[in-house]
This record gives sequence, C-alpha cells and structure tokens, in this order.
Amino acid sequence: MIRKELGLGLLLVVIAAITGAINPAFLSLVNLLNMANLIGLFGVFALGEGLVIITGGIDLSLGSMFALLGVVFVDLLTTYDVPWPLALAAVLLGGLVLGGIQGFLITRLKMQPFIVTLCGLLIYRGAARYYTSDSTRGFGYGDEAATLSNIASGNVAGIPNTFILLIVLALILAVLLHRSVYGRWLYAVGKNEEAARFSGISTNVVIATAYIISGGLAGVSTVLFVFYTNSVSPSSFGNFYELYAIAAAVLGGCSLRGGEGSILGIVLGTALLQVLQNLVNILGIPNSLNFAVMGTVILIGVLADQQLQARRRRKLALAGLARAAPKSTLAEQVQGASPRPADALPARTGDRA
Amino acid sequence: MAEILFELAGISKSYPGVMALDDVSLRVYRGEVLGLIGENGAGKSTLMRVLGGVIAPSEGVIRIGGNDYARITVNEATQAGIAFVHQELNLFENLDVAANVFIGREKLMGGPLKLVDSAQMRARVTPLLERLGADFAPDTLVEDLSIAERQMVEIAKALSIDARVIIMDEPTSSLTISETERLLEVIADLKAHGISVIYISHRLGEIMTCADRVVVLRDGRTVGELARNELSHAAMIRLMIGRDLKALHTPPKYPPQPGGCDIVGVVTSAFPDRQVDLSVRHGEILGLAGLVGAGRTSLARAAFGVDPLLGGEIRIDNAPIAIASPRDAISQGIYLVPEDRKKSGLVLELPIRENMTLASLLDHARMWLVSGAAERKVAKEQVRRLSIKAPSIDMEVVTLSGGNQQKVVLGKWLSMKPRVMFFDEPTRGIDVGAKSEIYALMRDLADHGVAIVMISSDMEEVIGVSDRVAVMHEGSVSGVLEREQFSEYNVLRLAMGQAQETAEAAAP
Repeated sequence: MIRKELGLGLLLVVIAAITGAINPAFLSLVNLLNMANLIGLFGVFALGEGLVIITGGIDLSLGSMFALLGVVFVDLLTTYDVPWPLALAAVLLGGLVLGGIQGFLITRLKMQPFIVTLCGLLIYRGAARYYTSDSTRGFGYGDEAATLSNIASGNVAGIPNTFILLIVLALILAVLLHRSVYGRWLYAVGKNEEAARFSGISTNVVIATAYIISGGLAGVSTVLFVFYTNSVSPSSFGNFYELYAIAAAVLGGCSLRGGEGSILGIVLGTALLQVLQNLVNILGIPNSLNFAVMGTVILIGVLADQQLQARRRRKLALAGLARAAPKSTLAEQVQGASPRPADALPARTGDRA
Repeated sequence: MAEILFELAGISKSYPGVMALDDVSLRVYRGEVLGLIGENGAGKSTLMRVLGGVIAPSEGVIRIGGNDYARITVNEATQAGIAFVHQELNLFENLDVAANVFIGREKLMGGPLKLVDSAQMRARVTPLLERLGADFAPDTLVEDLSIAERQMVEIAKALSIDARVIIMDEPTSSLTISETERLLEVIADLKAHGISVIYISHRLGEIMTCADRVVVLRDGRTVGELARNELSHAAMIRLMIGRDLKALHTPPKYPPQPGGCDIVGVVTSAFPDRQVDLSVRHGEILGLAGLVGAGRTSLARAAFGVDPLLGGEIRIDNAPIAIASPRDAISQGIYLVPEDRKKSGLVLELPIRENMTLASLLDHARMWLVSGAAERKVAKEQVRRLSIKAPSIDMEVVTLSGGNQQKVVLGKWLSMKPRVMFFDEPTRGIDVGAKSEIYALMRDLADHGVAIVMISSDMEEVIGVSDRVAVMHEGSVSGVLEREQFSEYNVLRLAMGQAQETAEAAAP
C-alpha cells in the first residue's frame, strides 16, 4: 500500500512549500536541522507505538515510562556514579522489562491493552514522582556522561544524531516488519488473530514481542530526551508524548483496528506532526492553537484516507463483478489458457502429499 | 382440531444455487403441539424464519386470520401472536428478567423524559413467572439464571405479547433430564390454555411425548405428516431419509495402511463428562457424522490444539503426542480445515500468496527473512494444482468466491506435509463444481497416505465420500459404520442416539 505513503509525502512537501513561501525562515538550514532533531526524538518511540497499533493494541504508557526511566537514569549517573554504559544498559533493559510486563498482562492474562497501558501510564508517573519526591533531577556541572551526551545530542556533519538514529532504527524495523517472518506474522495477527493461531502462529508471543520492542524503543527515547532537556521533571517529563506517537502512527496509515501501517508511514507521520508544530510557530499562529491545528489535520487526514479507501473498495467490487464473467485467469494462463474440467484434478495432484 | 391459526401455503425459498424450501405447506391449529422434524439442513429453521417474518419467501402465501400475505415483517408476525424461543437464547444477560421480557416494548412513565417504569414491568412479569412455575424474581439478572430458567424468560416474553403460537427450536438441547420434563409440563400447560407450540427437535422421544402431530421435512419439502397415533421412532426416521444419494464414492487405490491417528478417551470442554474414542487409518477417509452440536467440531478443535484436551490422548502411529496449541499439532502433521474459513481459515485482507504460506513461512525464509521467490513459487504451484481461479496470486482473498477461498485454505496445508487432516464441513457454501474437486483432492490425499477425518452434516457427502463413517451423539461416538452398512437410515439412527445393533437389524 505504497500509495498512502506517497500521498503523505506529497502532503508534507506541499505544506513545507507553502509555509516556506509565506516565511522563508521555515526553509532555513537552522530550522530544518532543528526540525530534524525533533523528528528524530519523536520518531523513535512512534515506531514502537506503530508496531503495537499494528497488532490491534495501543500503548498509552510511553510518556510516563520516559519519566520513570528518566529519573532512574539521571540518578544512576549523578547520585550513584554508575558508568554510563551500565546506566544506558539499565534504562534499555528497564524499557524492555516494562514492555514485557505489559505484553504478558495483555496476552497471557487476556487484559485489554488500553487498560493495561493506561494503568502503566498512571503507575509509572506515580512511581517517578514518589521516587524523586516530585523534585526535578538534572545533571550537575560535572560531565557525568559527556560521551553519551555527545552521542545523544550531537551531530554528524550538522545532521542531528537523533535523526540519524531514527533513520537507522527505521531501516532495521522496516526490514523486520516488511521483509521478515515476524513482520508477516504481526500483520496476520493484527488482521485476524484467530486465523493466525489456526495457522500455527504463536500469536501471544508475536503480540508480546511488539510491546517489548515498544518498551525498548521507549528506553532509547528516554536517553535521547534526557540529554535534550538535560533534566527530568517527574511530573511533566514526557507528558502526552504517547499521544504524539499514536497521532503519528495513525496519520502515517496505521489503523487502530490493527493489521495496517508501515514504517515509512510512521516516519512520515511523525515528520508531518513536527512540521505542523513548527509551522504554527513560524507563521505566528498563536501557540495556544498548536494542539487544535494538530487535531484538525489528523481528523482531515484520516477522513480523506477513509473516503479514498471506500472509493477503492467500490472500484474493486466493480472489478470483481466484471471478473465474474469468464475471463482468462492465472490458473488458465499457467496451464496455457485452457480451462480444465474439474475431474482432471486427481491426475494433477498426484505428485504431492 | 378446529380453528386454523396460521397457514403457510406453497412456500418456496431459493438462494442462489440452493432451493432451501420447495412448495412447503403447513397448518397450525389452535392449541396443538406440532412436532417439526428433519435432518440438518432440511429447511426447518428456514421455514420458521418465514413464519416469523425474518425472511421473505420467494413464492407462496402466509395466511393469518383469513388474510393472505406474500410476506410478513417481524413486527407483523409478533402482532399476529407468533413468538420464538430461540435455540441460542436471545436475551440480554446484563439486564433483569422484566427488562428482557419487555425489551423494545418498555413500559414508560408519563412525562417528557419517557423514563422506564421498572416497577410496572416487574409487576406485570410476576404473574407470568408464577404461571410458568418459575422460582426466580423478575428483578433477577439474566446472567444469574441457568439455561432452563432463561428459556422460561423467553416463554414469559412470548406470553407477555399474548402469543398464539410459540416456536421452540431445539429447546432441550442444553437441558438436563429433569429440566426437560419441566419444559414438557409447561408445554402441556400452554396447550391447555389454547396456545399452540411448534416443537422442533432431533430428540424423537420428546416429540413422541408431547406432539399431537408431526410434520417431516426433507430437502426443503414436506415429505410426510404423522398423527399422534401413528408416531413411532421408525416411522419418523423412515420419513426423514429416503432420497436418492448419488454415487460419489471413489474407492481408495490401496487398502488402508497400518497406523494412523488414534483418539483415545479424549474429553473436550464442550462435553466434559463424555469421552471420545476414534481411529482413522492412513489412506482412509473417515466421515464424522452427527447432528449439529454433537461434539464433532469440538473434537477437531481439541485434536488441533485450539481448545484444551481435558483428558485422553491423541496418538499417531501408536506414539502419543502432546498437543497444546495449533503450532504443536501442525508440527506433528495434524492440520485442520476449519468450519468457518473466513473467521479461522484465512486472513481475508491479505493476498492469496501470503495466506498460502502463512503456516509454513519459516520454510520459505532464510534467517527469518521471507524469500519472495520461494513464496511465489509455492503459491503459484498450489494455485495451479488446485485450479484456483484468480487473476494473480497477489489478489486479496476477500475478492475470491467461496470455493476458491476454501481452496486457498487447502493450499496452505497441501504445501506442507500432512499426516492427519481434519476437514470441518469442507464444502459448506461451495458450488457443485468446486465440491467435486475438493472430494477428488481428499481422495488423492488419502491415496498418498494421509489419514482424513471429514466432519460433515451433508448426508450425501458423508455417505458418498467416506470409506467408513463414525457417528457422534451428544459428545461421544455412538457407532462406526463400514461401507456395506452405509445408509442414511443407519447414520441417522446413530446420530439420534439409538444403539447400533438395532441400526443394523432395522436397516431397510
């Protein structure tokens, strides 16, 4: 379904061109690089959210996960002087474990994803605030993790590392999702879990893995955001971020019913969201309208997509009717364009089973 | 028998390719219990849905109170006093008894808010429940009631609309013996009050007990009517069968080989107190007959690992195998072609190609990456072998006809290594041409050593295709017939729970 991504990319270009025409500052290198950085930051965990949405589930806990993992991460580096590779590993592991727990509750204990991750949202946020007594944690003047900080917030030839990381992760996940056996199973489970199970797919494992990957990517995002803001305020760090991810995934073509979406779409969805935010700033639209603009664009985007799909289905149905009249079929083409009578079947099946 | 309440005259109902009802006439007299019997698919339910206004007949007349109608709506049927007690009870479990009785006809308090007057509804339901001898209150939640009690709620609902005829479709299929007796008492009471009952059941004993008159349907036609004094098991069964079965049977090329699949003392969740013992040899097609709900599908689901095995074991070539999931079953070469192909057999929005390889994807992948070429090759091979009619293997399965969809399900399994295959109603909703292709395919699989269990409610298919027939009745196997014992009569007797000895002795 590459058409959807093409449309989204086109929309992105058109919006960028119009905004650039109104205010050339939009297309300035500084602004573009700044946007690239934000796209990188918000894209990484949107990828994970997208995988979860393809299973037909949802992950509402991401923002709170950032807060909890964030305070732990800063504390490990500053209070406990843990070497940064260990702290990094701990945060990544933490994300994987939280994702694993949610996946377990959803698949094995048959709880609804919305409820499990909503409770995750509340619990992680509460835990982060309790752990820090609601005080902001930040880095001191020391360079507790200068190396990691440089990697997370640095750039290569001007291109933000966050953006580069997003592209690398997107490529890896694109292969996983669109080329690997796991990806095929993920779509099948999202579309029709029962048929997938009847085909011998361990649907629970497939679904839980999506939540684990999402948790792991949340761990990566935590580190990126910590070095972006240089401090973690447990009550506001990452607030609403899961909604950005859901919005990006939906805008990028993921259906909340499951089984639909692509990595390219999610990346483009994230980019579009960031461009919209930037556009609000740069066109002098009151900042308070930020969310309203985002909401309107998503609404219109999804509506337009549905209308287009309905039209496509009508076309397909018509084509199906036309095909009902005898015409050459694949089976016949392969056999040299002569429909064989049904009773000839056994002779042909003799070489198998 | 005086007054005629309703009359169906010359009712026909055709669906594309199928004649569900063919010139059926039926009269219902006031205050009688009319037994309606016939095999699965004989047209009983369709006929009752015509009477209930759910479906419109293609031809014929519905005569109510001296007026003729070409079709009636559900509301008109209700107004005329026709009420259903459904096989699958249609109640709202989250509401109380009174709310269910008055659903859609709620009593309202006056005023602009139109609030529901629960007190009045409960007060009106109480005498109905008393009349039925029910010992639950009108404010009980339906989810707290047993199946028999829920049935009473349905009957109370029928009484509340002043029903003149109550249609009961397999009302006792989930009841205990004492609950059944209670229901039969209620029916006698209804009759005494001048309310007619149309009683549809496979349980001939109950029909014998309560019916004043029995109408027998077969293949969408009325084939006979028995008065109370003519009722006997043999007479009823004889009328239910008796069509000419076409000779479909292709004998196996080789005699069944030793080994196969043994189902030993298996207990399924559908019938926790029954055991199933069944054997199917390599190279044979075992037909599994029985009435709907006899436990055949549950057995296949358990053998395939979809539902848990509550007891017993499955052996292949005398080696017990552990099956906890479809994955385990598939790895042992046990495959299932499920009853509902759209729900369980296919991912409709995915292309033919991806459906074909869904179960064997790891075989078409290297280092977990799907090899497009290998996959396409398999899909094309199966499309050719099964002569699936589709313009390309990239077509979404949802665009295919029923027969071609079923072939995609088959293709999924045939590209692998089947040892035992369960086909659950493999030709339901499939046209005649595709049917014979599927039969030929099953025979070919058997000739290549696959043990095949074919669950079917189509008598023609069971008798025509199988090498042996096992018949299930209420959760266990009631008998196994060899080819020379095959007859509709024998299968039906076993399906209704009659002992096999008599089945053989009484074969016409």
